[in-house]
Amino acid sequence: MSARAIATAVRAGERSARSVVEEHLAAIDSGEGEIHAFNLVLADEALVRADDLDRRIANGEDPGPLAGVPVALKDNLCTRGIDTTCGSRILEGWRPPYDATVVERLAAAGAVAIGKTNLDEFAMGSSTENSAFGPTRNPLDTSRVPGGSSGGSAAAVAAGFAPLALGSDTGGSIRQPAALCGTVGVKPTYGRVSRYGLVAFGSSLDQIGPFAATVEDAALLLEVIGGHDPLDSTSIPEASPDLLAVLGRGVEGLRIGIISELMGGPDRAASVEGIADDVRARVEQAAEALAAAGATVEHASVPSTIYGLSAYYLIAPAEASSNLARFDGVRFGLRVDADTAPEMNTATRTAGFGDEVKRRIMLGTYALSAGYYDAYYGKSQKVRTLIQRDFARAYESFDLLLSPTAPTTAFPLGDKTGDPMLMYLNDVCTIPSNLAGHPSMSVPFGSGDDGMPVGVQILAPALAEATMFRAAAVLEGSAP
Amino acid sequence: MTTTPRLTRDDVAHVADLARLTLTDDELDAFTGQLADVLDHAADLEALDLDDVPPMANPLPLVNVLRPDVPVPAGDAEGAADFHAEVLAAAPSVEDERFRVPPVLGESP
Repeated sequence: MSARAIATAVRAGERSARSVVEEHLAAIDSGEGEIHAFNLVLADEALVRADDLDRRIANGEDPGPLAGVPVALKDNLCTRGIDTTCGSRILEGWRPPYDATVVERLAAAGAVAIGKTNLDEFAMGSSTENSAFGPTRNPLDTSRVPGGSSGGSAAAVAAGFAPLALGSDTGGSIRQPAALCGTVGVKPTYGRVSRYGLVAFGSSLDQIGPFAATVEDAALLLEVIGGHDPLDSTSIPEASPDLLAVLGRGVEGLRIGIISELMGGPDRAASVEGIADDVRARVEQAAEALAAAGATVEHASVPSTIYGLSAYYLIAPAEASSNLARFDGVRFGLRVDADTAPEMNTATRTAGFGDEVKRRIMLGTYALSAGYYDAYYGKSQKVRTLIQRDFARAYESFDLLLSPTAPTTAFPLGDKTGDPMLMYLNDVCTIPSNLAGHPSMSVPFGSGDDGMPVGVQILAPALAEATMFRAAAVLEGSAP
Repeated sequence: MTTTPRLTRDDVAHVADLARLTLTDDELDAFTGQLADVLDHAADLEALDLDDVPPMANPLPLVNVLRPDVPVPAGDAEGAADFHAEVLAAAPSVEDERFRVPPVLGESP
């Protein structure tokens, strides 16, 4: 049952919120042992909340557009009084004293928080294998990864544990797992959704966004969580986008460009490497479907996107090294005691952080250190300008752009854990939108040669979520 | 710009120290190779002519975002006293409503 159908039935009194929650808890009971989508299932809390919603409905109240809908929350979103681990030992047992803005907005819309989902530690990874609490498995084939870093959220939706989930996307951490698990995943425009209460990774890149089984449900969730928040100084003043109203408008007359540099293939010299043939074929098929629906589809060039990966893996670690300095054993989470404060800081961080987080902190520290700042961090910030300029040029001729979401379908657990650079290449198609601050989303479109889902990425200029969702609805309707 | 030399084991030991991390010898070896791979990949940026390109720190053109200077209760409507207690309750060590840490410089008082 879709989130929209659940909310409609619950608001009309045709279904109790308790029955909805019980049904999803039963699904979690039977499947979670194998999949490990959650770090924490909020079974008791969700039932209490459902009963409260049912009481309010019986009293004639309308709890809102997500009445009774279970939502899974990535475990880097602060929930007051409820463990928020970020998949890290360093925050084990920490209970935030406040709710993230998105958590408050979900509550105000009548949603039910059903659990905190597993993630790569501090959202750093592309497979959810970097969690201190063990990996999440892909519900469609448990020998494979769900993608990451929001792998738990993607898996929760794909497994039917929750119709909706929230993730965070710094370089593809919503869209790539959505693609690998066959769900819809959206990274909104930077500033569209408040980051207040999202544990920071790369502050100029991070953005919270929805996972859903359908485009309509993703639109519903983004409408609820979007809009200005005075508690986030990078929150844009615009109201939340009106998406549900435009979903049926089609793509007639829209100009859509396939980004040549992100398609790979033998006839494209200036392209990123590693795009699998079966993935490319699905993106081309998606382009044909959009053309058949009345869009003008052509190849587009956004030349500097090929430098996105290099720039991102200097900028994001640089910001992370600064953001993660706060985990020092003083104010929250783990402390490993020592004779002096600096020794305590070092012992705590050494014991509390996993390898990938240490790699990124060191990479960022290096890129920001005296003598290397201009060569690495400064240069990457200039590349960011180039990418934004190239997108601006492309959007003079196109309304939307198209690419693969991930270079391949879901890969086996353990395949890439020994080679960080190989893992980073998963993000090559998703990173450019984060660097530019633009919205983009992944929509399932058929499967690869191995039968696993392929995601097609739709990219849009800043604030053009509505146009992006129109194309997503068409792709969903024409998926093979 | 000249080509940057490949990252060394000493470089990694230095940044680990700056970042307050202790690495074993095996970790130093592994991290040195892995971090050097990432920096080698980034060498593709050296082909770009970026002299006249301004750096971009943030996608938004926002500067000096201010809100009215009006006090609001921290946490929620229950007020600041509870919030204060919740913050302290989440800390590893507290004394007299303050975060307690080992001595920062030398002997403890």
